[in-house]
Amino acid sequence: MSGSDVVIVGGGVTGLSAGWWLAKSGVKVTVLDKFIVGWEASGRNGGGASHYSSPLFEEEQRLWPQMDELLGYPTEHQKGRILIAMTERQWDQYRFIAERHTRLNHPVELLDVKQVQEAVPLAGDNCFGGVHYKFGGHANPQRTVQAYAWALQDLGGKIIQHSPVTGFETAGGKVTGVKTANATYGCDAVVVAAGPQIPQLMAQLGVDVPLAAARAEMIITEPAPMMPLGGVDGHKIYGRQTLRGNLAYGGGPHEWLDVDANGPAARPSTPLARNLAKRLAELLPKAAHLNVIRSWAGVIENSPDGRPIIDRLNSPDNVVVASMSSVGFGLSPASGHAIRDLVIDGACSFSNIDLLKLSRFDGLEKDWREKRGWMPIA
Amino acid sequence: MDLNFTGIDVCAVNGTRSAPEAKYDLVVIGAGPSGITAAIEGAASGASVLLVDENPVSGALMGNDTPLYFGGRMTAATQNKDRMLEAIFMSMPDLEKAMEAGVELLLGTTAWGVYRNGPGVQSLPEQVVGLADAERSWLVGFDRIVLATGARDLAIAFPGWNQPGVMGAAALQMLLSRYGAFSGRRIVVLGTHDLALETALLALEHGLDVAALVEVRDAPQGDAALLEKITAAGIPTYYGQSIAASKGGLDGIESITLTDGTNIACDTVCVAIGLVPSIELVDAMHGPRALNAARGGYIPAGEPNVTAVGLCAGLPDTGFDHVAYRMDWVRAALRVNAPDTIICQCEEVTLADLIGIQPPNYLPRPAALQARSLGTLLDDGPANPDQIKRLTRSGMGVCQGRRCRDQVAMMLAIESDKPFGTIPLATHRAPVRPLPLKILAEWDEPAGMDAAWDVWFGIPTQWVPVEDIGTPYQDEHREMLYTGMYT
Repeated sequence: MSGSDVVIVGGGVTGLSAGWWLAKSGVKVTVLDKFIVGWEASGRNGGGASHYSSPLFEEEQRLWPQMDELLGYPTEHQKGRILIAMTERQWDQYRFIAERHTRLNHPVELLDVKQVQEAVPLAGDNCFGGVHYKFGGHANPQRTVQAYAWALQDLGGKIIQHSPVTGFETAGGKVTGVKTANATYGCDAVVVAAGPQIPQLMAQLGVDVPLAAARAEMIITEPAPMMPLGGVDGHKIYGRQTLRGNLAYGGGPHEWLDVDANGPAARPSTPLARNLAKRLAELLPKAAHLNVIRSWAGVIENSPDGRPIIDRLNSPDNVVVASMSSVGFGLSPASGHAIRDLVIDGACSFSNIDLLKLSRFDGLEKDWREKRGWMPIA
Repeated sequence: MDLNFTGIDVCAVNGTRSAPEAKYDLVVIGAGPSGITAAIEGAASGASVLLVDENPVSGALMGNDTPLYFGGRMTAATQNKDRMLEAIFMSMPDLEKAMEAGVELLLGTTAWGVYRNGPGVQSLPEQVVGLADAERSWLVGFDRIVLATGARDLAIAFPGWNQPGVMGAAALQMLLSRYGAFSGRRIVVLGTHDLALETALLALEHGLDVAALVEVRDAPQGDAALLEKITAAGIPTYYGQSIAASKGGLDGIESITLTDGTNIACDTVCVAIGLVPSIELVDAMHGPRALNAARGGYIPAGEPNVTAVGLCAGLPDTGFDHVAYRMDWVRAALRVNAPDTIICQCEEVTLADLIGIQPPNYLPRPAALQARSLGTLLDDGPANPDQIKRLTRSGMGVCQGRRCRDQVAMMLAIESDKPFGTIPLATHRAPVRPLPLKILAEWDEPAGMDAAWDVWFGIPTQWVPVEDIGTPYQDEHREMLYTGMYT
């Protein structure tokens, strides 16, 4: 279908990567976004890129080291991560994770306290040890999102911002147009990668996509001296040292929300910043004096099993739906590739992604959110 | 994996938050004249009242131009907290009255966030204000809050403005009137509106040399009687001018050159072009606000239980269009400033990189990136300061954008040929003052917090490696790494 029109609903990292992959294949792409590219979770996350739980993992790992060159714009990608244990229980858990990686042939190394401090000078001697992942890494979400958008434009793709999608036109079992308040965009295929708004959009096509939205929070400090290894996780928080030196960290309790078709009404942060600060000061005690200069929140959606939904529907059969279930940034080089394959070839060329089919939720109980306790606070 | 749901997500925030340490009928933020009055009135009506003020702030914060634009012109006296406290009481006799009226007073205490339930958050047990002193942070509940946070200095870049001795009018007034801790001797004042005239006269009263007033417009802008005093004092005023160049040394600024070539020796340049109402807390709490050019910028729009008073509610409305006046200064700055003039001091973002939407110097600039600019970004939609921040890092530093956010917004308006009011306000986020991790940390958090804490959502199937699905490793994984959501 080279040369045809694909409309992508949602200019987050998943939709933009898909658009870039499609444009690379010579497809005419239009990305519609309700506001500005990467404005929601795609620009608010921790930037991690080490998702060994995913069928997209190998492709993620293959692509990240090449992304700056492929896109033509810097993503700030850095390789490697370290997991630092701050309690005996965490040390047991992290060694369990290390054993698992070894079993799966993901290169890891156990570090003693001294080795941890060499890699992460802001760590203290209060840790139990660390696990150095010789794979994975992290990048700057905001810069990466813009890099996808610009690279897509450089290949002739269009990005229409400030244009929420209001509905679809259908004919003959296909979507033939995507509507915004001001225009209808004719299309041969559609990718719906609109995050928490996917259920509302897909309901218009008579397709039930079970997703629940929640809010999560992060904090960031002023810059610290650059550490040899900036991708530091552990103590049940995740984050990274930016290339500027700031420590950006998240984790902890989330709050389930109802999100309507317009997207999150607001993204307020809460005093959870204090609990993040406590854990970061414990994880990196030599950073405890650093000023926290911002906190923020983002809204992400999860599927009932927490795994992505990447699927080309049977009806309408020219629609690909893509939700990364709250873990989308790092996998984006690979998710975009998979979506491209589904749109053009009807199947993923590099991995079996049957696990991510929407049909796994056929027959899901109506009260699946209530059963999981994933309901907004009344 | 057999999943038996309990109906409860133990990793959700529900019920894990700590209660505030104390609760007051009224919390007043800012112990200036308006805040003190509000606190005394509240106490007189029988309310329990807490009055907090961040001053005296630490020397380190003052050095980062927080909360005002001090420009490194503080004397060593500002390192002595006891002396500073005494100075505050000396300069604010009504503080004693407030305490006599039953107001609880906390100086050296920062209000760094206000939190309440609303769109996107319903998990807060009650509305709280986050406070911090030099030792710790804590939360305080309230029924009503009065924001008397004053106004902060507007900074506008000129060549060499990123050196000691370039400061704001509110900072200079505070150092002179309250602390007697200003280290400069010879001052050039930018502006001729009332703020500039009052500041120049105050400097004269304190025996300082006022070398000149510089006005970008062709005529004086402020009150005629004040201007007369300036003239009577023999202070030269230059109209239709801005600073084209400056010279400095180790101690900071030594002289400036105006656009007409006039050279003026000085050790301090006081940017007295305008004050911006300090609405950080309002914005960070998603409170309503409105642009009011006659009152100095964005001001709180008011809510039933959130009241702004004093300069926080807006500068006195004299009919003067502050925004138009500031825009004239920024237009002149855009004409005069060289491309390598630093606009964001914290992140060292130059004018060229700001307008070029280029990344910081530690990143490569491939050809495709160099071809991008504010112009190409504007083709995709209206300018948004938060997007510019993400790309250039302007406003992302430890001064939290206090020195550059306003001028960057004005530059975006000018460069995109749009009215200032169409440019969104760059967001303010808690903590609205830089707070060390160890101070912000809730060290004595409730046990429920750690029990609910997972690195992500605590969904056991989310992180099981694909290879392990359907194998015994899957259950081992759940047993080892997860608790609670499923039985």
